[in-house]
Amino acid sequence: MAAQIFSAILVIIVGVGGCVAYFWGANKLLDLAFPSRGVAGRAAIDNLRRQGIVRPWLFVGPALLILTVYLIYPVVDTVRLSFMDRAGQNFVGLANYQWALGDREFRTSILNNFLWLAVVPAACTFLGLIIAVLTDKIWWGNIAKSLVFMPLAISFVGASVIWKFIYEYRAEGQTQIGILNAFIQYIGGTPQVWISIPFWNNFFLMVILIWIQTGFAMVILSSALRGIPEETIEAAVIDGANPFQIFWRIMVPQIWGTIAVVWTTITILVLKVFDIVLTMTNGQWNSQVLANLMFDWMFRGGGDFGRGAAIAVVIMLAVVPIMIWNIRQATRESGEGH
Amino acid sequence: MADLTLRDVKKSYGAVNILHGIDLDIKSGEFIVFVGPSGCGKSTLLRSIAGLEEITSGTLQIAGETVNDVPPSQRGIAMVFQSYALYPHMTVYDNMAFGMKIAKAPKAEIDRRVKQAADILQLTPYLDRLPKAMSGGQRQRVAIGRAIVRNPKVFLFDEPLSNLDAALRVATRIEIAKLKESMPETTMIYVTHDQVEAMTLADRIVVLKDGRIEQVGTPMELYCKPGNLFVAQFIGSPAMNILPVTIERGGAPTAVRLPSGTVAHVPIATPADATGTKASFGVRPEDLRVTDDAEGGTLFEGTVDYIEQLGEVQLAYIDIGRQGEQLVAKMPGNAEVVRGSILRLTASPGNLHLFDENGRTYTVSNRAVQAA
Repeated sequence: MAAQIFSAILVIIVGVGGCVAYFWGANKLLDLAFPSRGVAGRAAIDNLRRQGIVRPWLFVGPALLILTVYLIYPVVDTVRLSFMDRAGQNFVGLANYQWALGDREFRTSILNNFLWLAVVPAACTFLGLIIAVLTDKIWWGNIAKSLVFMPLAISFVGASVIWKFIYEYRAEGQTQIGILNAFIQYIGGTPQVWISIPFWNNFFLMVILIWIQTGFAMVILSSALRGIPEETIEAAVIDGANPFQIFWRIMVPQIWGTIAVVWTTITILVLKVFDIVLTMTNGQWNSQVLANLMFDWMFRGGGDFGRGAAIAVVIMLAVVPIMIWNIRQATRESGEGH
Repeated sequence: MADLTLRDVKKSYGAVNILHGIDLDIKSGEFIVFVGPSGCGKSTLLRSIAGLEEITSGTLQIAGETVNDVPPSQRGIAMVFQSYALYPHMTVYDNMAFGMKIAKAPKAEIDRRVKQAADILQLTPYLDRLPKAMSGGQRQRVAIGRAIVRNPKVFLFDEPLSNLDAALRVATRIEIAKLKESMPETTMIYVTHDQVEAMTLADRIVVLKDGRIEQVGTPMELYCKPGNLFVAQFIGSPAMNILPVTIERGGAPTAVRLPSGTVAHVPIATPADATGTKASFGVRPEDLRVTDDAEGGTLFEGTVDYIEQLGEVQLAYIDIGRQGEQLVAKMPGNAEVVRGSILRLTASPGNLHLFDENGRTYTVSNRAVQAA
């Protein structure tokens, strides 16, 4: 334990120190290579200009390098692998995609992903918005918000473990250790193995992500709500609008851009949902999703890089358009500042 | 059509008192301006009338009905906000129609009223625009239009011109004055910190300070007969010159000893027991004039310290005492005034003001004519 803490601290020091050393050192070297002090005027100006051209590349260089190695290269190679056989050696054309279209589990995954898409972003945004409004004017609002926000700090796997205990099943008549079944048994119902009920188990898994992400939506929307000019609301009060009309016709339209950004951000997250399904059901009982299916094909049962990569490409194609729209919307939001 | 009566209206936030018992009667159709420095409570008072703030105690009546607990939308008021407060996602038309739509008025009626208001304010070509595509002055007109459509008994303006540039401010000020003329029945209450707006627009001005009414009166009453030192200095630009004096002899006229030692006879009656007390002597810069002392009425003599030439007039800052007392005199722009020269100044006795130790004006009722 102590050794781990020590190594973590060491990594932080070396990492941060290394970055500082790099930027400071690179800048120093640049100054030495093109000196601007102690040389004649003309040369000094030229050197300053050269420094100006080189310096940005020195500073963004590491980031560009890391992006290339860890993002661009993998994308290109995944696309390449999706046209290759299971070992990634022979070109097979569109065979992997053809297989996917015919595969029952792939189709279940697509269907489930659509279900997640339809429910989770909407639920998170709606709940986040309602909580943000309701907690805005009460004294314990900030406490409530902190509690709602907290799950965001828990890893998906950690959250799944917590919810496993909520859905935990013991045979009827035994002491239930899962709170949901304990409650069902208390009110006289029959305990269920919640996560193995096909179709509905999807929703039990979604609850976990909603529980995590509502805090995110709430925080962003809460600050957007605070940005609404108070006088527009007062004008609506004088115009005779009731609280519901003020909320839906004056407040929501004014933060529509932010709602869209929150919605699409969660949509992207949902398209990539993986950890929760892996931890809770591993895709059994018809709860499979694309990301977990990809993981299954790529790294389990000997691995099939071709099929795994093909599924990865499908996920990427689904995410990219939403991402572009999301970034555009976000840029427009920040550009529209008062 | 709608009188307003305020009786002992108080407003406090916790232990902080903002309004300390306001008593005010506003007659139907009057144009009333609340004026005062920042933090005097004028906006709070307006918002209390609107119903956006609940009053802590007292009664507020509009058209004879106590409205303390009546929601803003049913008080028969409309308000124009400083920031215009237009709904940014609605067109000009929808901004003006929103209140009536909420009230479920018939479509044809909404359309007629909106178009009529747009016509008055020359907004007809812009009805389909969003507020962000309009200039500040146009937005202000939309805000006024939104208020007109409500057909209010009382029109409330909260510093409506403060976000406009100087030229537009004058133009809009005149528009508001004309709007008032076209709605003689409607009571208007207007909040500003700008005394020019107060003087030009108001039937009566209410001067507020620290949550209390200092004086209520027509613009000329406040200018000619300020009730106290604060009003005297607040109304008029540049502010009235105030000098500390000692009352040499109470009575009518009163003899006061100026800081320079000169004894001046002010045709204002003071009680005999005021003799020997401290007082404040006031004279407006525009009431001072240069004299050659032929008539022996010199009030002040001093050196011209600085001159501000404004074209039509020039402001002369004149040192009149060893303790750095300075007077401002407003003189014609073409008068020959030289910096460093010595000037003798006088003012007609009727234009002199005298305030007691507490800053209250000595009763001006039996102002004697010229004495001394």
